[in-house]
Amino acid sequence: MKFRAKMIDVGCLNHFSRVVNTISKLTKICILRLTPNNLYFVLSGKVASGGVGMWCELSQANFFDEYQLEGVAPDANEICLEVTPENLSRALRTSQNAKCVKIKLTKKHCPCLTFVAELPTLSSVSRVVTHDIPVDVIPRRLWHDFKEPRMPDFDVSIYLPPLKTMKNVVDRMKNLSNFLVMEANLNGEMNLKIETDLVSVTTHFKDLGNPPWGDDGSQGRSQSRDPEVMAHTRVDIRKLQQFLMGQQVNPSKAMCNIVHKRIIHLILLHEDVSLQYFIPAVA
Amino acid sequence: MDCVVTGGNVKVLAKAIHSLSRIGDELYLEPQEDGLALRSVNSSRSAYACFLFSPLFFSRYTIPLGHAFRCKMAIKCVQAVFRSLSSLEKTVEKCHIELDGETSRLTFTLHCKHGLLKTHNLSFQDSESLQAVFDKESCANMLRAQPRLLVDTVLHFPPSLEEVSVSVSGERVWFRNHVDDEAEQSKAMLTELCLSSDEFDHFAVGAQTSITFCLKELRGLLVFAESTGLPVSMYFDEPGSPVVLSVTDSVLEVNFVLATLSDDSNLCNHNNNTKRARSPPPPDDFMTDDIDSYLIAMETSELAGPSDALAPRSPSSNHTLTTQPSAAMRSLERGEEEEEDTEDTERPPNKKFRSLFFGSVCPSDSQLTNQTIKSQEVLASDSEDDTQASLP
Repeated sequence: MKFRAKMIDVGCLNHFSRVVNTISKLTKICILRLTPNNLYFVLSGKVASGGVGMWCELSQANFFDEYQLEGVAPDANEICLEVTPENLSRALRTSQNAKCVKIKLTKKHCPCLTFVAELPTLSSVSRVVTHDIPVDVIPRRLWHDFKEPRMPDFDVSIYLPPLKTMKNVVDRMKNLSNFLVMEANLNGEMNLKIETDLVSVTTHFKDLGNPPWGDDGSQGRSQSRDPEVMAHTRVDIRKLQQFLMGQQVNPSKAMCNIVHKRIIHLILLHEDVSLQYFIPAVA
Repeated sequence: MDCVVTGGNVKVLAKAIHSLSRIGDELYLEPQEDGLALRSVNSSRSAYACFLFSPLFFSRYTIPLGHAFRCKMAIKCVQAVFRSLSSLEKTVEKCHIELDGETSRLTFTLHCKHGLLKTHNLSFQDSESLQAVFDKESCANMLRAQPRLLVDTVLHFPPSLEEVSVSVSGERVWFRNHVDDEAEQSKAMLTELCLSSDEFDHFAVGAQTSITFCLKELRGLLVFAESTGLPVSMYFDEPGSPVVLSVTDSVLEVNFVLATLSDDSNLCNHNNNTKRARSPPPPDDFMTDDIDSYLIAMETSELAGPSDALAPRSPSSNHTLTTQPSAAMRSLERGEEEEEDTEDTERPPNKKFRSLFFGSVCPSDSQLTNQTIKSQEVLASDSEDDTQASLP
C-alpha cells in the first residue's frame, strides 16, 4: 500500500482545508477512502454515530498536482483509513501559506498520514513542518460498510433555502425543543416545525423549487404524487444543527430528499466536492 | 523606595508583570543598586523569571539605604493596577511606586490624563531572596532569533500543548511536541518544525542535543518579546540543565529559566524518533518510512508486538512522566497547605525536572520502574487475503 500526493496551489490548499474543516465539524472520526480518482470521507450510518451517515466525495485531480496510489491489492486498488478529521484540519491550518504540501501514508510508531509543508522564508532554506497523524488501516473485509450509499426512494425532493437562514432558524428552535419536523412538497414549499407542550413554532419557506430528477425508477413514487401533500420526517434537532453549523462555503446546489417518516437526505454540491448527509427519523 | 516610570515605559512594566503572571502566583520585588528586580517562580520550582529594570529605565529611582528590602505580593493584585494595556498607553502619563515602611504598603500611583490619579495600596510580605542558579555564558549552545520567528514556530503547536522538545544539530533546529504519556503515544499527532540556522541571528551549537521544556512559560516570554521587538536568546546545555531564555537591551534584562526533562526520560520519549532526532531527516524519500514494510512485519510476527521497524525501547524508561508543572498546577488550585496530600493521592509528581535551586536531580519514584511496556496495539490485518500479499 502506498499513497503520496502533493498540492502546490494555494487556492487548492485553501479549498481542501475548508472541506476538511467542514468534515471535522460533522464528526470526530470518519473513514477516508482513497481511490485512484477520488477521495471520500465516509461515515456509515451506524448506531455509534447516532445513525447519521455522511458521504463526501472529492475529485483528486482538482486538488492535487501529484497523486500516486497503490491499493491493498491489484484488484482492490484503494486504501481505507480511519482518521480523526480534526487532526487533518490542524495540520492544514498551519500550512496555509505553504509553498507545497505533501501527504503520504507512512509508518512511524503506527500507520500515519504524514503532512509535510514547506513554508516560505527569507533565507534560502525553507522551513519544513511535518505532522504525523495516526490512522487506522481498515482491512478489506470491512470495506463493504463504507460503500457509496444508495439514493433513497424519496417521496419529495426540494432545493434548500439559504443555509445561513436555515441555520438561524434551527438555532433558535433548538432552545425550545429537541426534535424538529422537516416537511416539504413538490410545490417548492418547506416547513420546519417544532412542537412542545407549551408552544409550537413553524417556519415556512416558499418557492424553493424542486429538482427535476428525470425518469429514474426510484422517482416513481414522487411522479404521481399530489404536489400539495407534504412528506415529513421528525429528526433530532442537534443533528441538523450540527450539519448546518459546519458549512463554511455556500454550495452551488443544496437540496434535500425526504423519505416520509424515515430519513432526511441532504445533498450539497460544490464545483469539485459533493457532500451527502443522512439524518434518520426518530419516533 | 521611590521610583517613577514615565511614558511608554509604563506599558513595558505592565507587560512584564503580565508575563510574570504566567509563571507564578507571586511577584517578588527587590530594589537593587543595579535596578529594580521583579521575579516570579512557579510552585514546583521548575520555572523562574526575572525582569531587571536598570535605574535608567526610571525617571526617578531611589532605593532604601541600609538593609536590603525584599518583598513579595500576590501577582493578581499588581496585575489589577495595570489591567487594561491599551488604555494604559492612552491615558497613563507616569507611574509612581513608593514604599511606605510604616504601614507596610507598596503604593502604585498612576498619574493619568486630565489630572486623574489612581492610587493602589498593596500590602506585601517580607520575603526571602529569590534567585535561580544559572550561568548563561557557560552554556554549550546558544541561539538568538527575532521574536517573530519563535512566535511563528509556536503557532504550529496547539495552545493546549504542554511541553516542547527542541533538538539542535550543526545546521538545523527541530521543534517537536512532546508526548509523555505512554497511552497517548500511539494516538497522538506529532508535529515537527525544522528551521535552518540561517533564520537565526546567532546559532552556536556545541554538540547535537535535545531538550524538553514547558511551552507555556516560553509563550509568556514571547508575548513580551514580540511587543518590544527585541531578539530572544536561548542558552542551553544537555537535558536536565535548565534552559535560559533572555531578552536584553540597554535598560532592561529579562531572564526566563526553565527546567528541562533530564536525560533518560528524554531519550525514551524520543526513542521512536531516534532517527529523526539524531540526524537530519533523509531527503524526500518516501520509501524509507513506507507502510508496506510495517504491514509485512505485522503479518509475519505472531504477536502484533513491536516490529523491527520500531526502535527498541530502553527497559528502564519511565513512561509515566507526570509533568511537574501540571501536577503543581493541580496542587496550586487546592491550596498550598494541601500540597502534600495531593501528592500522595495522585501519582507522585515527576521529579525529573531538575530543581533549579539545588542543582541536582531529585530521585525518581520507584513506582515508575514497575511499568510494563505495553506491546504494540494489534491492527486488523486481513490475513484472509494473504495469498495475494501485496508485496512490492
